[in-house]
Amino acid sequence: MIRVVLPGHLRTLAHVSSEVQLEIVGPVTQRSVLDALEAQYPMLRGTIRDHVTRERRPFLRFFACEEDYSLEPPDTPLPDAVASGKEPLLIIGAIAGG
Amino acid sequence: MSKVRVLVGTRKGAFILSSDGKREKWDISGPHFAGWEMYHLKGSTVDPNRIFASQCSGWFGQIIQRSDDGGKTWIQPGTPPGEEKGPGGMPKGESNKFVYDTSAETGKPLTTHQFYDGNQHPWEFKRVWHLEPSPSDPDTVYAGVEDAALFRSTDGGKNWQELSGLRGHGTGPRWQPGAGGMCLHTIILDPKDPKRIYIAISAAGAFRTDDGGTTWKPINKGLYSQYIPEPTADVGHCVHHVAMNPSRPGVLFMQKHWDVMRSDNSGDSWTEVSGNLPTDFGFVIDVHAHEPETIYVVPIKSDGEHFPLDGKLRVYRSKSGGNEWEELAKGLPERDCYVNVLRDAMSVDTLDKCGVYFGTTGGQVYASADAGDNWMPIARHLPAVLSVEVQTLP
Repeated sequence: MIRVVLPGHLRTLAHVSSEVQLEIVGPVTQRSVLDALEAQYPMLRGTIRDHVTRERRPFLRFFACEEDYSLEPPDTPLPDAVASGKEPLLIIGAIAGG
Repeated sequence: MSKVRVLVGTRKGAFILSSDGKREKWDISGPHFAGWEMYHLKGSTVDPNRIFASQCSGWFGQIIQRSDDGGKTWIQPGTPPGEEKGPGGMPKGESNKFVYDTSAETGKPLTTHQFYDGNQHPWEFKRVWHLEPSPSDPDTVYAGVEDAALFRSTDGGKNWQELSGLRGHGTGPRWQPGAGGMCLHTIILDPKDPKRIYIAISAAGAFRTDDGGTTWKPINKGLYSQYIPEPTADVGHCVHHVAMNPSRPGVLFMQKHWDVMRSDNSGDSWTEVSGNLPTDFGFVIDVHAHEPETIYVVPIKSDGEHFPLDGKLRVYRSKSGGNEWEELAKGLPERDCYVNVLRDAMSVDTLDKCGVYFGTTGGQVYASADAGDNWMPIARHLPAVLSVEVQTLP
C-alpha cells in the first residue's frame, strides 16, 4: 500500500483528514502514484498536474525519504521505502510568505 | 417578506450575507472554501438556490463548485444528489477542466496573444473570473476566464466547452493583459434576445455576438484610450466593467480604465458620460434595478493610486444616465480610507427601494437599502473582497 501526504487544501478538497493510501499494480513511479491518486480522488484532477500536459503544477514539489524527486522523470521508480509503504510520498506546496 | 442574499467572494474564501427585506440586520455564513481565492459566486435566476462559485489557487488551479441549496452545501458538479460517492466512498467529479478549443473544426487554432513585452504569447488558462448563469436554463452557465476566453457549460457546470469564435474572430493577437491579467471579466446575457451576448476583456475591450456565440465583433467605437498606441483602435482598450438594466438591454454603461461611457445602440458606439465626476478612473459600475437611467460608480483616484480621492470613500450616482453625478457619502468613511473596489464587487437587489451593495479590498461590504442615499457596513473584517453579487429571494 502506497502512502501519500497531501497539502492541507487538497485534503479538504478530497475530504480526507490524513494521509491517503493507494493500491498500485506495477512499478511505483510519480506517474503511477498520481494516476492512482486521481483515480481514487477524481476531484484532485488538475490540482497537482495540468489537465492537458500532465506536468506538475509549478508551486508543488514531490519529496520522499528526505529527497526531492520533483525534477525526476515521471516514470523513474520511487525509492523502495515508498514502494513498500514504509515512507510516504510527500506532495508539498510552496510556502506562502507574509 | 422578501429576503436578500449577498454572495461575497474574497481572497481567502466565500461568505454569504443574509437579511430580510428590511436589510437592517445581517447574518454572515462562511468562510466557505477557506483559504482559497473565490473570484466570483453567482446564483441562477431560474433556480435561486443554485449558486455557482469559482474557487482557485495559485498552487492548485481552478475548481468549480455548485450549491443547490442556497449555499448551505457544495459539490463539484458531476456529483448529482445521491451519487456523490465514487469508488471507495469518495466524492467524484471533474468540473475544473477548462481547455482551449484548438480543433480544426471549431477552434480556428489561434494560439497566441500579445504579451506585456509586445511579443506574442500562447494562451494559458489561469482562472475563472466570472460565472454568468443563464436566465432561462439552470443547467447552462457561462464562464469568463484568464487568459481571456468564454466557456459554456450546459450540464450544470460539469463539462465546459469554449465558445472559440471569440478568440478566433481575428483580433486576438492584439489583445494583451492588463496588470491584473488578461481576463474576460464581464458577461451580459441579453434577456430579450437569447442569441445576443456581451463580454468585456481587459485589455482588449468589449465584444458582442448576435448568433449565440459563434461569431463576434469588437464594439469599442467611441472609446478613447491615451495609453495605447492608437487611442481609438478597435481593440486594446482596458474596459473594467460593463452593466445593463435588463429592461433596456440595448443600453450599456461602461467603467473604462479612465472614462465612464454609455451606449444606446447595443455597443455599436459609445459616448463619454464622466461629466462632473471628481475622477473618472474606477472599476465598478452598476444600474438601479428599477430606474434604468440611474447608475452608480465608485471613483478611484488614478491608475497609479488605487484608492479613493482624499481618503474619502464615495459612491457617485447619476439619475440622468451619466454626465450629472451626485456624491453619496452618508455612512461611508469620511477620512483615512485607502481601499479599492474591484470590478465585480458591486451589485443591486430588486426590492423597492433598490438596494445597492459593494465590497472593498479592505474587507468591508457596504449596503444601501435606499438606492444609495444612506450606507452601512454589513461586514467589516472580511478578507479583500473580489466580488459581490446579490440575490433577491421571495
